[in-house]
Amino acid sequence: MTAGGAMKPILLRARGEDKSRSISTYLRMGGYGALKKALIMDPAGVRKEVKDSGLRGRGGAGFPTGVKWGFVPQDLPKPKYLICNADESEPGTFKDRAIIHTDPHMLIEGIIISSYAIDAHVAYIYIRGEFWEEARILEKAIAEARRKGYLGTNILRTGFDLEIHVHRGAGAYICGEETALIESIEGKRGQPRLKPPFPAVVGVFGCPTVVNNVETLACVPHIIEHGAAWFAAIGRNERNSGPKLYGISGHVRRPGVYELPMGVTFRELIYEHAGGIREGHELKAFIPGGSSCPVLPADFVDIPADFDSVAEAGSMFGSGGLIVMDDSVDMVWALENLMTFYSHESCGQCTPCREGSDWALDILRRIRRGYGRPEDLETLERISRYASQGMTICPLGDAFCGPISSFLKHFRNEFEDYIAKAKPLPPRTTPVLPVRSGRGRFGI
Amino acid sequence: MSLARTQPLTIAPPEELLEVSFDDGMEEIIEEHLRHYPTRQAALLPVLWLCQERWGWLSAGVLRAVARRLELAPAFVEGVVTFYTMYQTAPPGKYLLQVCTTLSCALCGASGLLERLKEKLGIDPGETTPDGRFTLLGVQCLGACGEAPVIQVNNDYYTDMTTEKLDQLLDELP
Repeated sequence: MTAGGAMKPILLRARGEDKSRSISTYLRMGGYGALKKALIMDPAGVRKEVKDSGLRGRGGAGFPTGVKWGFVPQDLPKPKYLICNADESEPGTFKDRAIIHTDPHMLIEGIIISSYAIDAHVAYIYIRGEFWEEARILEKAIAEARRKGYLGTNILRTGFDLEIHVHRGAGAYICGEETALIESIEGKRGQPRLKPPFPAVVGVFGCPTVVNNVETLACVPHIIEHGAAWFAAIGRNERNSGPKLYGISGHVRRPGVYELPMGVTFRELIYEHAGGIREGHELKAFIPGGSSCPVLPADFVDIPADFDSVAEAGSMFGSGGLIVMDDSVDMVWALENLMTFYSHESCGQCTPCREGSDWALDILRRIRRGYGRPEDLETLERISRYASQGMTICPLGDAFCGPISSFLKHFRNEFEDYIAKAKPLPPRTTPVLPVRSGRGRFGI
Repeated sequence: MSLARTQPLTIAPPEELLEVSFDDGMEEIIEEHLRHYPTRQAALLPVLWLCQERWGWLSAGVLRAVARRLELAPAFVEGVVTFYTMYQTAPPGKYLLQVCTTLSCALCGASGLLERLKEKLGIDPGETTPDGRFTLLGVQCLGACGEAPVIQVNNDYYTDMTTEKLDQLLDELP
């Protein structure tokens, strides 16, 4: 592996191959070899290998996968479930779709090995409703794997049974949160549950459940095949190991998914891999890992793109979905755009999030239309304090407060400019803009 | 080169969906879904999808039939249906034009696409053309940000869109 970042692809090794999704291509590339190896290990051995590899959840939280598996009580007589989270709804994130499109069998093999490790005999793939084509791809791959004896009863004559079912969501960002996802599989509204109890103990159908992201599960066959030490050696910083799929979108010349060792810098990602900022413009800001992560201005471009380094810089690495903005972007507009998203996607359970996201959007919209008031920024900051840090059941509160506080911290002057130029509110209107028409609460 | 690969939805008129029942083909699929889960309730989302694929939308009559089949309260089913954005509770047009409006697509020109569609079809987001052919929707992130801007037409993604490609797409849809 060179310092410049290029590496032999692991998760996307089949990209560009003819018929990359078919099981024959996957087998030709050594697929399902890790499964054979895993099934002669004992489940505890598989768990230990994954724990030792240092694999951290790729869905956004970065929690060590092996540790998560370890929370599943082994002596409970209840069935256990594995859920693959393919909801991929965080704006800026599109890496799981790339895995499913390129190499669905890698995911299927990862699910089988992981189910074996936690003693689950039913696994669900929860995929967002919009991914209709991807759901078909997975169903086809499951059928192929079953015909080859990798799924069903008595897999490879080892006595291990497993069924995988694809469960389609129906359009709700919140269902990417693991307890909302569980509610949604149970046939309910996707509203998050209070934790504890954690899903590892009381999850879907009241049984111990592990929820892992697509990319996390796709790493598992490689860890089993090459060993924990091999995996831990990929990446530049300790505790941030493995290959990572970086999704780069926005104002770059070559947006897309890039597979690189964890810890390449944002400068390398933006300028070497994604081809730099479009002609005639310069980098202004970037959101490091999906829209919920606090924005960083261009001076942070030299930090490594991994969990701990981004956290040190005051943001989050999240899912690795990098949104790049050049100097043409009005940051008040960008925050308004994000707040439209969160106000739409708040599930409505907790008051601070439901009301806070709507009020923040209202204020931002008012500022942008030229009616800002000097106290608005303080109000926005107050909202971002009161809807985050444990004031809500799930992290959606934090997810919209991070953008508010970081946009205000780094680009406060742009908000102040709007307010300095503001006109007085027209008479007889409230701070809430009048509802125009249409279906939404705010007429959008 | 041809762009369009989407077939029109079949939308049942409201009068046909006052009361519905499931035929053998649908029953078979429902049974299959029920085998996937330990509870009946868990089959709700897949069964609603099945109904929407069959009739194009979910009328009150369809929701009652689903509730009866899965032994759930009709109010509960309605609560679930209205929580999720993709279940249609009113008859849409034959083509659901879903323009992603979230940040990555917005940075790459999504609003231009939306304006173009508004102008061309003479409707606002959330509305259907009088001939029942198109329903225009501005939607939140579709998860294909690397190929922004993106439009989903029924089930299909159209990526790296431009107004020219959009015009071509509208012309080509059968």
